[in-house]
Amino acid sequence: GVLERSREQLLRQTCEAVLLGVLHPRTAISLVLQVLSDAGSLLSCCLNAACMALLDAGLPLAALFCGVTCALQPDGTILLDPTARQEQEARAILTFAIASSNRKVLMATTKGSCSVEEMQQCLAAAQRAASTIFQFYRDSVHRRYSKS
Amino acid sequence: MTAEHGAAAEALVGQVVLPGDLLLLPAHYDEDAEGERLRLSAGTAPQGRLLCGPGLRRSGAGLLVTKCGLLRHRPGGGGAYWVDSQQKRYVPVKGDHVIGIVTAKAGDVFRLDVGGSEPASLSYLAFEGATKRNRPNVQVGDLIYGQFVVANKDMEPEMVCIDSSGKSSGMGIIGQDGFLFKVSLGLIRKLLAPKCEIIQELSQLYPFELVLGMNGRIWVKAKTVQQTLIIVNILEACEYMTAEQRKQALAKLSGN
Repeated sequence: GVLERSREQLLRQTCEAVLLGVLHPRTAISLVLQVLSDAGSLLSCCLNAACMALLDAGLPLAALFCGVTCALQPDGTILLDPTARQEQEARAILTFAIASSNRKVLMATTKGSCSVEEMQQCLAAAQRAASTIFQFYRDSVHRRYSKS
Repeated sequence: MTAEHGAAAEALVGQVVLPGDLLLLPAHYDEDAEGERLRLSAGTAPQGRLLCGPGLRRSGAGLLVTKCGLLRHRPGGGGAYWVDSQQKRYVPVKGDHVIGIVTAKAGDVFRLDVGGSEPASLSYLAFEGATKRNRPNVQVGDLIYGQFVVANKDMEPEMVCIDSSGKSSGMGIIGQDGFLFKVSLGLIRKLLAPKCEIIQELSQLYPFELVLGMNGRIWVKAKTVQQTLIIVNILEACEYMTAEQRKQALAKLSGN
């Protein structure tokens, strides 16, 4: 449907921004994501899975990226990584794709309405949370290479 | 975390690096590039140029890591840095010895599947002792062990089965029978290291013939089908077994 198509486009833009496509001309790189269970924050979960898949496949990347979802509740508080229930009750859901080089924003998408200041606050919170996700990537890669 | 904003390359040798990490090189490499400043003392600067190997790209201040893996360094001859990463998909590189499967004969060239994104081409004259009258007997489905003479991202890869002096030196059509299977590229590099323990231990078990292709393909042939399959299973399992588990498995087999 249209929602899946829009998610595909957002994922594609993010991946194309970090993949070094110049090293593989005339080649199609296809990424397949299968949703096993959805408990909220689906798009940022897809972004994280996509980054780990690209890492595992050994494709050349200029930087790592991660996805963070923020939910703006009706009283103005920011909730990171909301569950499906919290997403339904929220006033706005913002998803950001953040790169590991200087925490640059690769992709931003919003569902609902919020003011510019609120969006800036959500973005700052997401950039702080991205550090935790990048540390998780680093620990996973450590574990994998310590086995051999 | 410090590696993201630039850490010294020597400090990270032997450690895990991730894409996006910036490695800073010692200052004397930049001096050579400028060519303006004279080095007054003999210093510890190595002669020659630094080689930037797989997984690294030159970027302004230093080297940008593009693949995840362990950072390795070779000090001889100007020095070389590269990232040792585990991968299953092969990308053709000039000079690599690989096993290819013949998929088509198009006039004077054979098309080989080497596991990359494009089929490689092999001319019928690229065998030892081949002339226009004396053509090699290659059929579709045969296995060929050869090396790349042309392999870059812009052109179709080309293989030959002779070295620069015209001798075959072990390359050519791989014989009948035997078993071809695929493993990860890291295991192949481990097996090709000098004095590999796995090969030595296996050779004490049964005599066998082994061809290792850098594209992840291994061809094995032993006296009976059962021995061949045992060797195949051990080589496939070597990726996940530790040295003790492997020795135990081999001890059980040689006891039988």
